[in-house]
Amino acid sequence: MQRIDEEGRLSAIEERLRNLLVRGLAGDGPGYYAFLKELSAYLRGFLRRRLVRLPDEVEDLLQESMLAVHNQRHTYDPEQPLTAWVHAIAKYKLVDLLRRRASRDLLTDPLDDALDVLSASDTEAADARRDLRKLLEQLPQRQRLPIVHMKLEGLSVAETARVTGMSESAVKVGVHRGLKTLAAIIRGDK
Amino acid sequence: MRTDDLVSMLATGAGAVEPNRAARRYASAIGVGAVGAAMLMAPLLGVRHDLDTAVLLPMFWVKIVFVASLAAASLLAAARLARPGVRLAWAPGALAAPLIAIWVLSAVALLQAEPAQREALFYGETWNSCPLLIALLAAPAFVTVMWAMKGLAPTRLRLAGAGAGLLAGAIGALVYSLHCPESGAPFIGFWYPLGMLIPTAFGAVLGPRLLRW
Repeated sequence: MQRIDEEGRLSAIEERLRNLLVRGLAGDGPGYYAFLKELSAYLRGFLRRRLVRLPDEVEDLLQESMLAVHNQRHTYDPEQPLTAWVHAIAKYKLVDLLRRRASRDLLTDPLDDALDVLSASDTEAADARRDLRKLLEQLPQRQRLPIVHMKLEGLSVAETARVTGMSESAVKVGVHRGLKTLAAIIRGDK
Repeated sequence: MRTDDLVSMLATGAGAVEPNRAARRYASAIGVGAVGAAMLMAPLLGVRHDLDTAVLLPMFWVKIVFVASLAAASLLAAARLARPGVRLAWAPGALAAPLIAIWVLSAVALLQAEPAQREALFYGETWNSCPLLIALLAAPAFVTVMWAMKGLAPTRLRLAGAGAGLLAGAIGALVYSLHCPESGAPFIGFWYPLGMLIPTAFGAVLGPRLLRW
């Protein structure tokens, strides 16, 4: 009986999140915000359970995953279970992180074991270590300006175009490419 | 940076996503790749000079249908591999079906032929250039299909790279079949897939590096 309740609860969550994403993909801003917000809470739990020994990585990886969900949202097929799609993205990012760490740990002598006692300061790790402004500074201007005006200050495409002197399509392309470059910087490709 | 800040940044002005973007991306990749292959083939090889009579022969169409169904099946596989959390499902079966069909045809052809002619059925006259030319003609599609896949979100990179390479190989083979003078099923059933496997192998090797996101 309990198991059935649990399954019912999960499928209700799936259904709600899926509806929010579908609305978001159709251009419903508040729906999309609600989707990302709620998803980030579930994903944090998912990643925390899998990164028990790397608690400091959780928030960073969560942000990387959220950026991936956003940048790759056009690959979601509404016929497909949302859970499978999100899980595949989060798992891909998780494996990518572990692989990166493994190759780095081969080059450095990990002192982790002895210092483990001190490593977990248990203030809720609500902040990731990276700073958005610093990350944005690394973007070329034609990607940075559209993101700053549109995504941080909340201007419309037309307003951003006016402020920056760029064309409207250049603004849209700038935001799109900028977020991809951001993901690449976080991943350490650039 | 707080994750909530990132979330509101991502949601701000996100706008609508055009549906079927993946399908359109693949369509233009395949179109450009095929045109590229044709433009490579025209000056280098040309179409077969007896194309007007060849189209009357059933084996010409067997060849075309064989390669086209491999292309369709590899498109299906590549499209599935480019989406997170989508299983391959019956894509491997769709790939195997045309191969099995052509091998059955080959076996029949070989059994019916005089023993002395079997070698000629298998090697034809162009066995030593066919796979390499298919791989060469697949090169433009290899670039465009990789580009299409790069813009989606493959999670199994080696497999996805192989799938993209196979699709490129099938496009190259489809264009090549307009030049290729061979019509023996044993020839088509062996040297054509071998040619398609060259870009497939390249894709599997390069996938993890090219397709990361």
